[in-house]
Amino acid sequence: MTETLTIGKALNLGLRKALEDDAKVMLMGEDIGKLGGVFRITDGLQKDFGEDRVVDTPLAEAGILGTAVGLTMRGYRPVCEIQFDGFVFPAYNQIVTQVAKIHARSRGKLPMPIVIRIPFGGGIGAVEHHSESPEAYFAHTAGLKVVAVSNPVDAYWGIQQAIAHPDPIVFLEPKRRYWEKAKVDRDATPEPLFASRVVRGGDDLTLLAYGPMVKTALQAAQAAADEGRSLEVVDLRTISPLDLEPVYESVRRTGRCVVVHEAPLTLGLGAEIAARVTETCFHSLEAPVLRVGGYDTPYPPSKLEEEYLPDLDRVLDAVDRSMGF
Amino acid sequence: MTALQHTTEVVDPVPGADAPHLPGQPDLVQLLTPEGERVEHPDYSLDITDEELRGLYRDLALVRRWDVEATALQRQGELGIWASLLGQEAAQVGAGRALAADDMAFPTYREHGVAWTRGVDPLHVMSLFRGVDMGGWDPVATRFNLYTVVIGAQCLHATGYAMGLQRDGAESATLAFLGDGATSQGEVNEALIWASSYAAPVVFFCQNNQYAISVPIERQSRAPLFHRAAGFGFPGVRVDGNDVLAVLAVTRAALAAAREGQGPTLIEAFTYRMGAHTSSDDPSRYRLASELEEWKLRDPIARLKAYLSRSGKADAAFFTGVDAEGDELAARLRKGTIEMPDPAGTEIFDHVYAEQTPHLAAQRAEFVAYHESFEGGHQ
Ligand SMILES: Cc1ncc(C[n+]2csc(CCOP(=O)(O)OP(=O)(O)O)c2C)c(N)n1
Ligand SMILES: [Mg+2]
Repeated sequence: MTETLTIGKALNLGLRKALEDDAKVMLMGEDIGKLGGVFRITDGLQKDFGEDRVVDTPLAEAGILGTAVGLTMRGYRPVCEIQFDGFVFPAYNQIVTQVAKIHARSRGKLPMPIVIRIPFGGGIGAVEHHSESPEAYFAHTAGLKVVAVSNPVDAYWGIQQAIAHPDPIVFLEPKRRYWEKAKVDRDATPEPLFASRVVRGGDDLTLLAYGPMVKTALQAAQAAADEGRSLEVVDLRTISPLDLEPVYESVRRTGRCVVVHEAPLTLGLGAEIAARVTETCFHSLEAPVLRVGGYDTPYPPSKLEEEYLPDLDRVLDAVDRSMGF
Repeated sequence: MTALQHTTEVVDPVPGADAPHLPGQPDLVQLLTPEGERVEHPDYSLDITDEELRGLYRDLALVRRWDVEATALQRQGELGIWASLLGQEAAQVGAGRALAADDMAFPTYREHGVAWTRGVDPLHVMSLFRGVDMGGWDPVATRFNLYTVVIGAQCLHATGYAMGLQRDGAESATLAFLGDGATSQGEVNEALIWASSYAAPVVFFCQNNQYAISVPIERQSRAPLFHRAAGFGFPGVRVDGNDVLAVLAVTRAALAAAREGQGPTLIEAFTYRMGAHTSSDDPSRYRLASELEEWKLRDPIARLKAYLSRSGKADAAFFTGVDAEGDELAARLRKGTIEMPDPAGTEIFDHVYAEQTPHLAAQRAEFVAYHESFEGGHQ
């Protein structure tokens, strides 16, 4: 069955499928019941699966994650919704000191199949704490896996794969792209979750992105093509573990690499990727790996977010600089 | 069964649920009934002049006018979002007017009525919701902290500030605002413990507006919120949050006790969020219109107006005057909001550190050079 879905609707259908397929799956979060979540990702699910499986929690993120740990020990598979990226921090202690480490501490006796869904990134004109890109904190934490989807197909399959996966996964949803549409074939065989994908072929430079920046990267590649430059765009899809083999293969051909993310530059994913690409492809590189990211500042008030966020022009500027080496 | 009845059963009788004739509410402090009847309370009296009464009315009416204008401006695209205080004017004005000049208030994101009482220019609040800044007022000069969006975080700040007052021998107190939903946060409970443990001069003012976005109060608490204070070892009191006189009296008493070294109090102002959570919210998905109708009967402004006019403490000319002042205020806010200049891009870099780092200074310079490169030529 192929239909056109938004990322939001694809997530909703993916969650529905996961609830149908496994009676142990349960959703937990603030306002996810009657309201269907502030982005309506869980719309209608409490009505159909009941209050025990789609749980409106008290207003306490540490509580959501902490109780998810206990539920997991009873065989449940909690899918926790954090309302906005900036509100994950009350739960940060549970995520980093408990969720991430219990598998290792128990030497595998206590798996932690918890999914932490977080709408992330900016671009929606919101007030403070609603536009953060906290992925590096989680990617830096051993024991967690981090997925960042960019399109409805990956949203639909990815959320189901994440829920079925035995390890805890921070599942990042590009909130400003929730309304982007694409055709989704719900009978197809999904691509593996932890694999990057070349989404546009090219010869001159390898452009890497994930989550909301994939669209920006593709637009930049189109604009570059109009100027006679051929960019290869890779959607990383998963940022921990990173699947860089396709990237190395690409960079060996193009000799140039630019990484784009909304998160601040310093110690962001771009830094790790630049290090690995440099270590692995040093002799193929014609230019240093360049990064385009948010500035090393707090996320600004919304009137300034367009200047803060990487956009087509800033990506093309980096492409120019890379080509100029 | 309506959600409200459900709430009522689990938590406590709703004040005025049977309006116009309120049944006995032993736990609810009220000095002005929903019908505008002045009543006495054994523990809380209020000495107040007619002029002060009219001042409270003016506060309530102007704050509501501001809120209505902000809602309209948001719909017209002039604000990114607006968190309406509709229905909570008395709780906020009563609490705000109880503060002494040197007391310090720690608001959430909805305390526009308290901002008003602190003399904050409403345009400095509008700029936050327009996305121009994070709140344009001076928190030191106004003794009104910046808005805190992360639920509950400010309760610890208020407590720490109170500990500072204690060490300085200052005869002041802090007033920490929080919502009913916030009471579930670990940090809020830590604040209650700290405050109790050090007998810090802080008053926790919880506006129980019955909802945390869509989640009704019974998800946060199976017991009346003000009962919680007992478990932390300090007094808790429930006040009719739609009664500005009762709120003023109760908050004054709690602040006075705090200043005198008697430690914290938890005030639960029982009220109702008449509007959506914010302009992005759609309450029809989770609550019944009938609930709103019931609470309309307990409107905080109507009851004070009824009292003032019936008792002859204010005449028609006074009310007309306040209305006119409201229109002027609304016009000023509309013009000021629409004409607000956008911030300079370099603002992003300028206040991150007290001592700028070389790295960020370089990033700022790159930012400037990058934007200059577009001047002339780039479309
Ligand atoms: C830590 C945190 N989690 C979630 C949110 C999102 N959020 C904003 S307001 C709100 C509800 C707050 O309810 P309450 O404390 O009752 O205050 P009210 O909005 O009713 O004034 C939520 C969940 C947040 N701001 N901070
Ligand atoms: Mg509330």
